[in-house]
Amino acid sequence: MSLSSSFFGSKFGITERDLDRYLAEALGRGADYADLYFEYLATSSISLDESIVKSATQGVSLGVGVRVIAGERTGYAYSDDLSPEKILKAAATAACIADSPAKVDTVSLTPARQHDLYPVLRAPIDQPLEERVQFVKRTDAAARAADARVIQVQSTYADSLRHVLVATSDGKLSFDRQPMARLNVSVLARQGEGTPQQGYGGGGGRVGLDYFTGASAPEAYAREAVRLAIVQLDATEAPAGESVVVLGPGWPGVLLHEAVGHGLEADFNRKGTSVFSGRVGQKVASELCTVIDDGTIDSRRGSLNVDDEANPTRQNVLIENGILRGYLTDELSARLTGGRSTGSGRRENYQHIPMPRMTNTFMLSGASTPEEIIRSVKKGIYCANFGGGQVDITNGNFVFSASESYLIEDGKLTRPVRGATLIGNGPEAMQYISMVGNDLKLDQGVGICGKDGQSVPVGVGIPTVRIDKMTVGGTARA
Amino acid sequence: MTEQQLRSAAVSAVEQALALGATGAECTIASGSEFSVTVRLGEVEKLKEADSCGAGLRVLLGQRQGSSYTSDLSAEGIRQMVTSAIEIARITEADPYAGLPEADELGQLTQDLGLASELTLSTAEKIDWAKRAEKAALSADARLTNSDGASFDSHTGVRVFANSRGFAGSYHSTYCSLSAVPVAKSDERMERDYWFSIGRDHTRLESPEQIGRRAAERVLRRLGARKIATQTATVVFEPRTARSLVGHVFAAVTGDAIYRKSSFLLDKIGQVVASPAVTIVDDPTLPGLFGSAPFDDEGVPGRRNLIIQNGVLQTYLLHTYTARKLGRKTTGNASRGLTGSPGTGHGNLYLEAGALPPEELLREVGNGLYVTELIGQGVNTVNGDYSRGASGIWIENGELTYPVTEVTVAGNLSEMLKNVLFIGNDLEFLGSTAAPTLAIGGMTVSGVQ
Repeated sequence: MSLSSSFFGSKFGITERDLDRYLAEALGRGADYADLYFEYLATSSISLDESIVKSATQGVSLGVGVRVIAGERTGYAYSDDLSPEKILKAAATAACIADSPAKVDTVSLTPARQHDLYPVLRAPIDQPLEERVQFVKRTDAAARAADARVIQVQSTYADSLRHVLVATSDGKLSFDRQPMARLNVSVLARQGEGTPQQGYGGGGGRVGLDYFTGASAPEAYAREAVRLAIVQLDATEAPAGESVVVLGPGWPGVLLHEAVGHGLEADFNRKGTSVFSGRVGQKVASELCTVIDDGTIDSRRGSLNVDDEANPTRQNVLIENGILRGYLTDELSARLTGGRSTGSGRRENYQHIPMPRMTNTFMLSGASTPEEIIRSVKKGIYCANFGGGQVDITNGNFVFSASESYLIEDGKLTRPVRGATLIGNGPEAMQYISMVGNDLKLDQGVGICGKDGQSVPVGVGIPTVRIDKMTVGGTARA
Repeated sequence: MTEQQLRSAAVSAVEQALALGATGAECTIASGSEFSVTVRLGEVEKLKEADSCGAGLRVLLGQRQGSSYTSDLSAEGIRQMVTSAIEIARITEADPYAGLPEADELGQLTQDLGLASELTLSTAEKIDWAKRAEKAALSADARLTNSDGASFDSHTGVRVFANSRGFAGSYHSTYCSLSAVPVAKSDERMERDYWFSIGRDHTRLESPEQIGRRAAERVLRRLGARKIATQTATVVFEPRTARSLVGHVFAAVTGDAIYRKSSFLLDKIGQVVASPAVTIVDDPTLPGLFGSAPFDDEGVPGRRNLIIQNGVLQTYLLHTYTARKLGRKTTGNASRGLTGSPGTGHGNLYLEAGALPPEELLREVGNGLYVTELIGQGVNTVNGDYSRGASGIWIENGELTYPVTEVTVAGNLSEMLKNVLFIGNDLEFLGSTAAPTLAIGGMTVSGVQ
C-alpha cells in the first residue's frame, strides 16, 4: 500500500513530506530514534439486559503520538488534533526530554513487511446496526430457553475498527486496518430460594460478522454461560491447601500468561526486575513445556499484522522443552540490548508509550490424552475455566481464579466446587508440570491484558496439563 | 478551549439533539492536561506531557436511548456526535424506566470542595522530587539493589455537564502524586514494593524522602518470606488492602446489582449485615478529598449516604435509572465515562475509623496474618465468595514477626463483614476509597499442606 492510498493519506491528506517534517522536529534536539503513531478508532457496542436492548453506543477517537528515544530516555507527547501545528508542537515536546548529543538523520520511509492475517472485507462496524443488534437478542432467547432456572441474562456485542499508521526515523512505514468484534453473555441462575450463581460465555476476534453465524453463534455462547451457572448451583466449597491441579484445555492457558508471559517481557528483564532476568538458556519449566507467543495466527484476537512500532509480529518461542529461549522485545529494549525487536511493541492507543506485550500465548501439545491425565490423579482438583489472573513479576508469585472446577477422586471427576484462587510461583509451578495433553486449544477470544495502566487484547491457549503441586485457595479443610 | 467554550459546546450538543428529534439529552465533556515523569537509577527514563479532550452524549427518543462520543470538539465533530447518537438510539428498545433526573433533583453543591489548586512545580522540580524519592529509597539499605523507578505525575482537568432539563455545570480539578518502587534482593530472591502520596497540589504531598523511606521499609520487610501452613486464622488487613473490602461492599450495594438480583446484600436493608462496629459511608461533599464533586454525572448534587450503620444495612446507592427500577429516589451516585449510559459510582467511600491504634489492634489479635498485598480478582459479589492471593507478615503474640508469601486468604463476604473483630484508628484517604486497619476472624489461609 502507498501512503497516498492509505487511510490517513486519503482521508487526512497526510503526505510523506509531512511525516519527514514531524520526524525531523522530533529528532531536532538530538536523539537516537523517533516514531509517529497515527490512530483512528471507531467503536460501537450494543447492550441487552432483562430482554430489552437498553443501550447502544458508538463513537470515534483520533490522534497521533510522538515518541523520541535517546539512550534509555523516552519522551512522549500526543495530540488529538492532526493539524501540522499541533503535531509539530507534540514533536517538540517529546524532543525536549531527549536533548542528547546523538545525531541521526531520518531515513526515507519504506513500507514495512507485514502480514495479512485479518483480510475482513467488510468490518463488522461497517455493517448495518440492525444486523448486529440481532446477536444480543438471539443470545438472550437462547439463554432463557436453555434452562428454567435462568433468572437474568445480560449480553453485550461490541466491535471496533482501528486504522493505524506508524512512521519511524529509521525508515519504517506501516499501515494497518484492525477489525475486532466480540460477543459476551452473562447469566444468573437460581434454584428455588438458593443463592444465585453466575456463568459467562463469549468470544470473537479480528473477524467479520459471519463469524457469529457458524459454530460461534450467539446460541453457543448462551448455552455455555447457562451450563456454567447451573454447574455452580450444585458446587460445594473448594479445598484449601496444596493439591494436584489439572487444567483443562483453552482458557486455562491464562496460567502461562501470568506464570511466565509477563515475566518474559523484555522491559523487566533489561532492568533486572523480573524473576526470569538473566536466565536465558536455563531450565525454567519441566521439559514437557514448550511455550510460544504468536502474533501471526489468522483472525485471532491477540494477532497483529504489524506491531505498534512498525515491526512485523512473529512466532516467538519463549520456552522450548523447559529451557528459556528468549524474551518479548519492543524497539527500545531491542536497541538497548543489541537484539532485534520480536514484534511485541504494543500500546493501548495513541496516548500511550509502547511496551513489550504478549499477543497469543500458548503451550504446545504433549503426548498424554486428557483421560490419562485425569486418571493419574488420586486426589486433586480439575479446573476447566478461569476468570482473570495477576502476577508480581519480581518475586514470581502469580494467581488465577477458577470459575469452573471439579474434585478429582480416584482418577474421576466427582463433584463441582466453588470458585477459588490458585497461587504459585512462576518458575516453580512450571517445573511441577508432569503431564501435558495432546489437546491444545486456544481460548474463545475475549482476553484483555493490563500492564502499567494499558489494556490490549490478547489470546491464550493450553492443552490439558497436570501440575503436581499448587496452593488452592478454597475454604474446605481436608 | 476555555471552560466557557466547553460549556457552550455541551449546551449546543444538547440543543442539536433536541432539534433532531430527541426528547431528552445530556452531554459530558472532559478536557485535561497530563504530565508524568519517571526516573530510574537517578536518570530520567520517561517523560510524557499532553493535553486531551473528549465529549460524550446520551439521547432519549421517548423511552429509547443511545449514546455516542468523540475526541473532536470542533463544531463538525460535535455535529457528527449528535447524528451518531440519534442513529444508534433507533436500534434500541423502549425501556419504561429510562430517563433523565427530574428538574427538581438537579443542582450542585455551592460550598468550596477544594478540588483544584495551583500546580506550580516546574518540570525540573518534578524530576528532582522523583530523583530524591528514589534516592531516599535506595540509600536506606544495602539490600536495595535495583529500582523500578520513581514517578511524579500531575493532572489538571475540567469537567462539563449539560442536559435538556436546564442543567449546565462545570468544575476544575487538579492532583499530583509522587511514588517510588524500589527492588530488594537477598539470597537470590527479589521483592519490590512501593509507597506513594497524592494531593491536590505538591504542598500536600509527603516529602520525597519520606516516600522513599516508607517504600524501602515496605520492600525490606518482605525479604526472606516463607509459606505457612494452611489454617483458619484472624486476618488483619492494613489500610492499603482493607480499602478493597469496602470496594466489594460498594459493588454489592449498587442499584444495578440489586435490581439484577446479583448481590449478596440483596433484600438486606434494615438487617444486620456486619459487625456492630462497622459503619460504611459514601460522602462526596468532603472538601479536598479525591471522591468529592459538586454534582454527579447526571447533574444531581452529591450527598452523604450512610450505607452500613453499626452493622445494619441502610441504603443502596442509586442513580436515576436504578432508583426508578427499585421505586426509590436517586442517591446522587451516577457515574459515567464519556461513553455509554450512567452506571453507579461513589464519592469518598470509607469505613469509619475505630479507636485502636494499629499496634494495639495487633496486640488484641495476638496471632494471625497481617496482609500487606492482595493480588488477583477472586471476589464474587453475587454469592460473596472471596479468595485472593496474599502476602504479608505473620503476627505472633501481638507483634509482627516474619514475612509470609504465596498464600491465599478466603472466606465469604457475608461472614467476613460479621467477623470484623477490631477496627484501627488509622483512616487515611489516598484515593476515593479508604479504610483503617481491619481484623477479620475465621478466615481460611491456604499455604503448604
